[in-house]
Amino acid sequence: MKHILAVLVENKPGVLVRVAGLFARRGFNIESLAVGKTKDPGISRMTIEVDADEKTLEQMIKQLNKLINVLKISNLTLEPSVDRELVLIKVKAPTSSWAEIQQIVETFRAKIIDVSLDSLIIEVTGNEEKLQAIELLLSHYGILELVRTGKVALLRGSKTIQNGEVKK
Amino acid sequence: MKLSGAQMVIEALKREGVEAVFGYPGGKVLDLFDHLYNSELAYYMSRHEQGAIHAADGYARVTGKPGVIFTTSGPGATNLVTGIANAYMDSVPLVVFTGQVATSLIGTDSFQEADIFGITLPITKHNYLVTSVEELPRIIREAFHLASTGRPGPVLIDLPTDVQSAVSDFSYPTEVRIPGYNPTVIGHPGQINRAAKAIARAKKPVLYAGGGVIISGASELLRQLAEKAEIPVATTLMGIGSFPGDHSLSLGMLGMHGTYWANMAVTEADLIIAVGARFDDRVTGKLSSFAREAKIIHIDIDPAEIGKNVTADIPIVGDVKNILSELLKKAAEKKHAKWLARIAAWRKDCPLHYDMKADGHIPPQYVIEAIYEATGGEAIIATEVGQHQMWAVQYYLYKRPRTLITSGGLGTMGYGLPAAIGAQIAAPQETVFCIAGDGSIQMNIQELATAVAYNLPVKIAIINNGYLGMVRQWQEIFYQKRYAAVCLEKSPDFVKLAEAFGALGLRAEKTAEVVPAISKALSVPGPVVIDFCVRPEENVYPMVPPNRGIDEMIRGDIR
Repeated sequence: MKHILAVLVENKPGVLVRVAGLFARRGFNIESLAVGKTKDPGISRMTIEVDADEKTLEQMIKQLNKLINVLKISNLTLEPSVDRELVLIKVKAPTSSWAEIQQIVETFRAKIIDVSLDSLIIEVTGNEEKLQAIELLLSHYGILELVRTGKVALLRGSKTIQNGEVKK
Repeated sequence: MKLSGAQMVIEALKREGVEAVFGYPGGKVLDLFDHLYNSELAYYMSRHEQGAIHAADGYARVTGKPGVIFTTSGPGATNLVTGIANAYMDSVPLVVFTGQVATSLIGTDSFQEADIFGITLPITKHNYLVTSVEELPRIIREAFHLASTGRPGPVLIDLPTDVQSAVSDFSYPTEVRIPGYNPTVIGHPGQINRAAKAIARAKKPVLYAGGGVIISGASELLRQLAEKAEIPVATTLMGIGSFPGDHSLSLGMLGMHGTYWANMAVTEADLIIAVGARFDDRVTGKLSSFAREAKIIHIDIDPAEIGKNVTADIPIVGDVKNILSELLKKAAEKKHAKWLARIAAWRKDCPLHYDMKADGHIPPQYVIEAIYEATGGEAIIATEVGQHQMWAVQYYLYKRPRTLITSGGLGTMGYGLPAAIGAQIAAPQETVFCIAGDGSIQMNIQELATAVAYNLPVKIAIINNGYLGMVRQWQEIFYQKRYAAVCLEKSPDFVKLAEAFGALGLRAEKTAEVVPAISKALSVPGPVVIDFCVRPEENVYPMVPPNRGIDEMIRGDIR
């Protein structure tokens, strides 16, 4: 089953490599990973999507917790949460197809952010399903290149994931 | 007070109560060694960096305090890798200082540059690359704290030359604040109650004690609990010494080369109380058959060990000493006469055994027994890795914690001699034996020079069978005696080798020569090498074949 983990880490050199290395050597798979500073510049937040059974997930969380630079781990899948991912898609697009593509873009509330005579770059944000749907449609025209940010996610409502004194 | 980075290290070591530093100098630690030269810290120079780190590891296992190592950058640092991994697997506290090229040169493939920070990420509890001298006091304080608390382990500090020479204000922090590090020490009272109830209900309980009991200093509590509830105790390799080997409730070691009765007891038990142990594959054999009748209580300070290999019915995270002391209060007094009688029958059915006379060769097991007799079971024994290691735990009964110094998790050949050196430095008054094989002794034989240089009276017993015996045993049993690359017939003459190093060399070729050789070695004040020419193709039994349950042992011929 897929889970989204929000991992608060100290913003120090080597932290990303510690986390990625841990996943690699223990045989855990990362589906996607996004990382950036939080409102506290000393703390970064990693959003890690993993595909794991219960037992593996438990090990993953426990092993992550052992990393000294990891402050807090929350499994967002266990609670109501929203997740989004941004994708940039470069589509093969002779001028003759622009109108059709424009319609798709509007339907998905995406944006065309670069235009050349034979290609367009489309920016689209959404959840997994939406991204899959637009990718499928655009593949009809020929996708030249595609880049994804990895998922980011927040809990719904006013509840937040804060770094407390104790992480476990 | 203004100090250079190198001075800060020396000053911090004093404040941490460090008494001995192990290491090997080089171009990127000249400042560090220069200040060490002026200090009152005892300094032990090895002949190879690997020797230095294993010695520090042996020192740490005997004292319980972090071992401290200084080496240079590049090859000096990479030569530590095996020692770091070894300490990490066995939860040994080390603080490792490596020199590094100047910060301005990092990343340029500069002379003797190696990314030791990156290399040791997966084999340290934590590591640091220091980029400014201002953060050095805090980092050293953190390193000692991390190395020695919670589940101990090695911590590495990589020190660029410009950080060693830079000068800054020095104030050593008294407190440590590491927000991401907060080991659970106190066991959950509800879980401890459940454990006490399970112990009260159990008819066939077994305590399964690991290295955590020794690390936590909980051996006395373990003994009290075992006696109060009359529970037999099986130990892991790392747990040997946590419970007196000559105690009537001691089952000896369990697992691949465990005793028949320990493995049978665990298999039939209705309750396993795992204390500071991690259900390693060498202990469990085939997981699905392990302790298949038993409810499992798992006590460990590392939450990640709980549920990793075996699902615990009653998990208790915390410090073993703390938990055992609570559990002891709550555990009911019990008697298990029937259960103990069953175990005694197994013991009688398949005792540890060897043939004294078969072929005129010295039986290797006899050498271990003779060392046991000669030392009254009171020596510190450091082993290498292989058959001799297994015999050294089967035929020597350890009465006290921290008297068996052995590479458990990583299984590092070359560990024993330098570890014995570290152990002797830690305990100058004690008799220290290194029990080695003719293969593994050659992996760090250069450390004999260290023993001679510091006049450390380590007694090195080479159980010389002319083979890499453990590998040969596997080839005999599982590869139709195809002895690929295990014959050591061209080994050096160990007696002459000892003499060349300035140690005493002795040899025993007949069984009758074993005891006199040991007596002679013990009567000599300096280091001694004894070459015991033993039966070449003796096997270690019992043996659990790979992927089998631990009750499916090859028992060996009982004559």
